[in-house]
Amino acid sequence: MMAMNAMALCLLFSLLIPLAGAGLALINAGLGRSRSAAHAMLASLSVIAVAALVYFVCGFAWQGSLGLPAHTLTVAGKTWNWLAAEPFFLRGLALDGSPASLAVWLGMLSAGLAALIPLGSGADRWRLGASCASAALLAGFTYPLFAHWVWGGGWLAQLGANNGLGKGFLDAGGSGSIQAVGGLTALCIAWILGPRRGKYAPDGTPSAIPGHNAVLVLFGCLAALLGWLGLNCAGSILYYGAEPGRMVLVAVNTTLGASAAALASAAITRTRFGKPDASLCANGWVGGLAAGSAGCAFVVPAVAVLVGAVTGILVVLAVEWIELHLAVDDPGGAVAVHAVGGIWGVIAVGLFAGGSGQFVAQLAGLATLLGFVLPLTYGLNRALDHFSRQRVAAEGERRGMDLFELGAGAYPEFMTHTEDFTQR
Amino acid sequence: MELAGFLLLVAGWAIVLASAVLLKTLPLETLFVLAGLATELVGLVLVIRTHLVVREARG
Repeated sequence: MMAMNAMALCLLFSLLIPLAGAGLALINAGLGRSRSAAHAMLASLSVIAVAALVYFVCGFAWQGSLGLPAHTLTVAGKTWNWLAAEPFFLRGLALDGSPASLAVWLGMLSAGLAALIPLGSGADRWRLGASCASAALLAGFTYPLFAHWVWGGGWLAQLGANNGLGKGFLDAGGSGSIQAVGGLTALCIAWILGPRRGKYAPDGTPSAIPGHNAVLVLFGCLAALLGWLGLNCAGSILYYGAEPGRMVLVAVNTTLGASAAALASAAITRTRFGKPDASLCANGWVGGLAAGSAGCAFVVPAVAVLVGAVTGILVVLAVEWIELHLAVDDPGGAVAVHAVGGIWGVIAVGLFAGGSGQFVAQLAGLATLLGFVLPLTYGLNRALDHFSRQRVAAEGERRGMDLFELGAGAYPEFMTHTEDFTQR
Repeated sequence: MELAGFLLLVAGWAIVLASAVLLKTLPLETLFVLAGLATELVGLVLVIRTHLVVREARG
């Protein structure tokens, strides 16, 4: 049972989490085009709102919390917990500061955060209504199912007790449950939407479409750090019973991971291109936060630095590889940052925070992300696209999402560049 | 091809799930988890390849 001061601390830390959402929203808006900036920010607000409401309606009913009723299956003498058995609309649940009520609050914020991630890959061409519908699917089905298996006492968490695989799948701050789930959704969205008009020449060569505001992006990184500090601390306390004193380690690891990643990204971009690239450094920073979340409460600071540095290099290479070789147009780098970063964070816990059993448990979690979350997400979003096309009409892309979907631009006093409106 | 890729992804996960539920020794479990991941990797390559082919066909 959690102590009262631990619960109060968890609640306080969780109040910082919306800043992670604000950071991601600013990063996504800044890395997109100026003619879609207001749309990007409104889409961020909208998907958070949709995710919160859908999570209230049915998300928590699937996710549940440790100690709450769940559907179980007994195989070969072992009991496996596969789905929570909570009523819809949080009926009968007292929101009184108990661990279950804190799990509702943290789950609601986490679902919103995961739903924000695909906006990065769908920037400049994803309809507002479609992004909200996709967020509803994520917050109502994909996220709660995986989160139950990891944080609600589900079968991935039970791998330790049932199979002796370390402590079961570990993911304190959500490298897998939030970042990788969001990142894989971003990949599905990028596949379904296709690249922006003019991104690839007929011979397949990609053209650079730089973000419109580096200041927004870099300020978003600082806001994201605050949010991630809250997320990692609250998750460590609530899901793994970390004592309050351990929050210093979590905060130090979170900051060191992001710092090492950003500097590694700066070093590698400087080496390759002659100058550090601001947007790739920002991607590295957020990648470091995403990767460091899983092990923030379980590794020593030196390991956090190592994991962060590897993330910084991985993210830069992945951004380029995804654009050039996978032909995936991901303006916000969401796939490289959140999917690649998150998956590396999950693996890193297995490498540095336990024996071989722990490594196998982390691999089982990774296999679930690729073999369950990815197909389910793709199937749901493909079905959504079948009923209502997710991509905006060509005219909307030409005029910009702001004017086409909202009727007004984010920067009405800006001069309009003619070439922006010329069909490529 | 896309459907085959996604089926392989699910099949790989099923191997991992079955190993977790049915196997008891760590070496055997590790082997099956790695086999499941390898199956998923093949599926992922197939899905990626499908999207590349579709994009090339559209020009």
